[in-house]
Amino acid sequence: MKTIFKVVLGILICLAAVAITAFYISTHNIDVLNPKGIISAKERDLIATASELMLIIVVPVFALLWYISWKYREGNEAEHEPDWEHNYIAEYCWWGVPLVIVAILAVVCWKSTHELNPFNPLQSDKKPFKVQAVALRWKWLFIYPEEGVATINLLQIPIDRPVSFEITADAPMNSFWIPQLAGQIYAMPSMRTELYIQANEAGTYRGLSSHISGKGFAGMYFTVQAGTEQELKDFVAKAKESNRSLNRAVYDQLVEPSEYDPIELYQLQDPSLFMQVLDKYLVPQSQAS
Amino acid sequence: MLGRLNLDALKHDWIEYLAGASMFFGLIAIIALVTYYKRWKWLWKEWFTSVDHKKIGVMYLVVSFVMLVKGLIDAVMMRFQQAFAFGDSMGYLGAEHFQQIFTAHGVTMIFFVGMGVIFAIINYVVPLQIGARDVAFPFLNNLSFWLFAMGGMMILVSLVIGVYGGTGWSAYPPLAGIEYNPGVGVDYWVWSIQISGIGTMLSGINFLVTILKMRCKGMSLMKMPIFTWATFITMILIIFAFPILTGALSMLTTDRLLDTKIFTAGFGGNPMMYINLFWAWGHPEVYILILPAFGMFSEVVPVFSRKRLFGYASMVWALVAIAFFSFIVWLHHFFTMGAGANVNSFFGIMTMIIAIPTGVKVFNWLFTMFRGRVKFSTPMLWFIGFIVTFVSGGMTGVLMSLPGVDFQVHNSLFLIAHFHSVIIGGVVFGFFAGFTYWFPKIFGYTLIEKWGKWAFWCWLIGYCLAFLPLYLLGFMGVTRRLNHFDVTEWQPLFMVALLGALVITAGVGFQCLQIYTSIKRRKENRDETGDPWDGRTLEWSTTSPPPFYNYAHTPEVHAKDAFWDFKQKGMPIKMGPPYYPIHMPKNSPYGFLIGVLSFTMAFGLIWWIWWLAALSVVGIVVCIIAHLFVKEPDYFVTEEEVAKIEGEAHGSV
Repeated sequence: MKTIFKVVLGILICLAAVAITAFYISTHNIDVLNPKGIISAKERDLIATASELMLIIVVPVFALLWYISWKYREGNEAEHEPDWEHNYIAEYCWWGVPLVIVAILAVVCWKSTHELNPFNPLQSDKKPFKVQAVALRWKWLFIYPEEGVATINLLQIPIDRPVSFEITADAPMNSFWIPQLAGQIYAMPSMRTELYIQANEAGTYRGLSSHISGKGFAGMYFTVQAGTEQELKDFVAKAKESNRSLNRAVYDQLVEPSEYDPIELYQLQDPSLFMQVLDKYLVPQSQAS
Repeated sequence: MLGRLNLDALKHDWIEYLAGASMFFGLIAIIALVTYYKRWKWLWKEWFTSVDHKKIGVMYLVVSFVMLVKGLIDAVMMRFQQAFAFGDSMGYLGAEHFQQIFTAHGVTMIFFVGMGVIFAIINYVVPLQIGARDVAFPFLNNLSFWLFAMGGMMILVSLVIGVYGGTGWSAYPPLAGIEYNPGVGVDYWVWSIQISGIGTMLSGINFLVTILKMRCKGMSLMKMPIFTWATFITMILIIFAFPILTGALSMLTTDRLLDTKIFTAGFGGNPMMYINLFWAWGHPEVYILILPAFGMFSEVVPVFSRKRLFGYASMVWALVAIAFFSFIVWLHHFFTMGAGANVNSFFGIMTMIIAIPTGVKVFNWLFTMFRGRVKFSTPMLWFIGFIVTFVSGGMTGVLMSLPGVDFQVHNSLFLIAHFHSVIIGGVVFGFFAGFTYWFPKIFGYTLIEKWGKWAFWCWLIGYCLAFLPLYLLGFMGVTRRLNHFDVTEWQPLFMVALLGALVITAGVGFQCLQIYTSIKRRKENRDETGDPWDGRTLEWSTTSPPPFYNYAHTPEVHAKDAFWDFKQKGMPIKMGPPYYPIHMPKNSPYGFLIGVLSFTMAFGLIWWIWWLAALSVVGIVVCIIAHLFVKEPDYFVTEEEVAKIEGEAHGSV
């Protein structure tokens, strides 16, 4: 009787935990499960598909664990075969069934990886909006080469139009991530990575670096404003009026470490700045500066 | 004269002073106690210079326990910081101090607790299980231990003199390069791992040879106990993987000391190469930790189910498959580096394939219990906890093997929750099961069940509270290694995680209480038979604890569960006289000396005290030469002495 009571209590606690978790998920914004872009939506669906496939194995394991522990516990006079150690059918089953599941997952893996490769341009009849991102210590510099503006810690993008990123770092390695819009890609000094995203819904999202880059790492987050083309135009106009302009000299000051920098808008004087940042690492530094 | 070491190295904040002071006074207390009880000679002769695999195993246990306490304090400190550093509050730790803590936590737990506990059990149990009298290279075993211990010592010293690395336990350049981290922190990180890593490498060779060459008569490979099999496979992994780490660390060292620019971002260096090398070691490393834990469960489950292990051959082939695939999955640690879809898919698929043999092992354990008589003693509880946490952790692992999913959870707290669930659930629970199971063999009396059960429930519930919220936080876009958060909405979940860490700490407290009360009541729990669990493998056929030569007559086995087979057939477990002289190795001081000299060499290189480093290298070479010239490294135990020891053991039955 006492054991039964403990078991019931245990089940109740587990159910309560599940209920609390479900309540929490439904009342809070879980970024990855609440995507606002076409890439992040596909990634969310992939999480769901893969989880369902794996539950085909995991649920029976937990059920078996429960059933076997209960039935064959000492004191419960179930059958006892101390020398039973081998059964071909059973063993083929648990080599075979997971193999089938993994084979299905492998196909899912191959297809989704090719589809979600961050370097893939997105299909669209609209021209992609170009942004160049540079991870610095400890802030993000966004260059909009075609608009001739730049920002610190603010990313303004249009909705329903692909955005193409070129990403690098002039600092230790970082990782560029906007959970509600798309998965991450590393930002590495001397390397250029690419990412294509498309936001479906206007709004303000959180972007961040997910790789430690030193002392001010905790402040490596930025604001993403996804809005209409008009909002984008207003933003560009505002930046053009800024009394700050970004050229190599100003950039060299930006490279110096600083923490928790506020949002800044710049007009871009030197459109080749992004290439210069990459080139910095390709030529000996004595000649570059 | 002292390189870059000066008084500034001793400047810290009050928390580090507190830690330093407690270590200092702890050390003073230990020295005072040893002196008071006049145990220095005993410590030196019976322990420090001992080449007995059983004593070395116990020393591994002691060091691992000290490091576990240290790593746990780190964990709780991080949880406190992250539970309160929201919005305007920056928390009680500075960014750099916080970064040192999580770096030290990772290194401590993986290298000095995880590796420590598996080598403790391997050292103690494997030679006994294969009916050997010691390992193949007893002196090397002692040396390995001292290299391991000195590596751990290095982390503790960095608390007092200078700082530890703050780059995360994987220390990616260029952050770990001289340009961004000119201080001693990364050097401490490098050398603490380098020294213990070389020790691990030597152990790998040692146990591989031991298992291949020192098995008793009749024990073919496919009759070995599964724990020995797991150790055998693990040692192969070590021999292939650890040189990669040694190489990567050496190149990072030359980058930092000699400006070689191998891993720098500019000047033709390539940081991505380091990341590849680090994980080419790092992924096999997690299997180096988990396979022996699998082995421990494979011993515990049959004994407490009173049934043979189900699917022995499957278990062996599963181990082999896991070991093979563990070397071709390393890229899944950086799908986000932009390798391209074909490469990412390949490594993703290889990663999910590992789930198959792992799943086979889980089913085999479950079917070992099926039609058994399962006694839910603490080792079995740890096993149940292991299945729950490890299977769920394995599921999130396979989820992350899909590059498309990994892009959304890489480096997030989801990842942290995943690997803690497999390492706590797998390695730590596995060790606790094995520790409880082999404790009577090692110390001669059983542990008290009651506190063990309390500890188990605290660990399991604490684990759920501490890490399940992290899965959610990961999905909310919270990354690892943050000392401050701008989004206050996350705070309640971090509070729950803190509570979990405290519950786990209570679990460790119950384990200390368990060991303490078990020592106090050891007379009533003494294991007189040498076989308290009705065991199946050879180690239970000798006395608890075994004589220093393990077996007066080396056994001859005829079946898989050798000792069970003896009992079933009613064969005599111990043969009485006549006894024969036993060939045994002699103690050696050189392992300890080389360990200490390696420490001083590393200390010299960290602080640029070149003369100290040079002198230490010369010292190490001298020690090696001196060791080679020892004329009689071995001796024979006479028949009379064996007869005397055996007589005493039998007399007490």
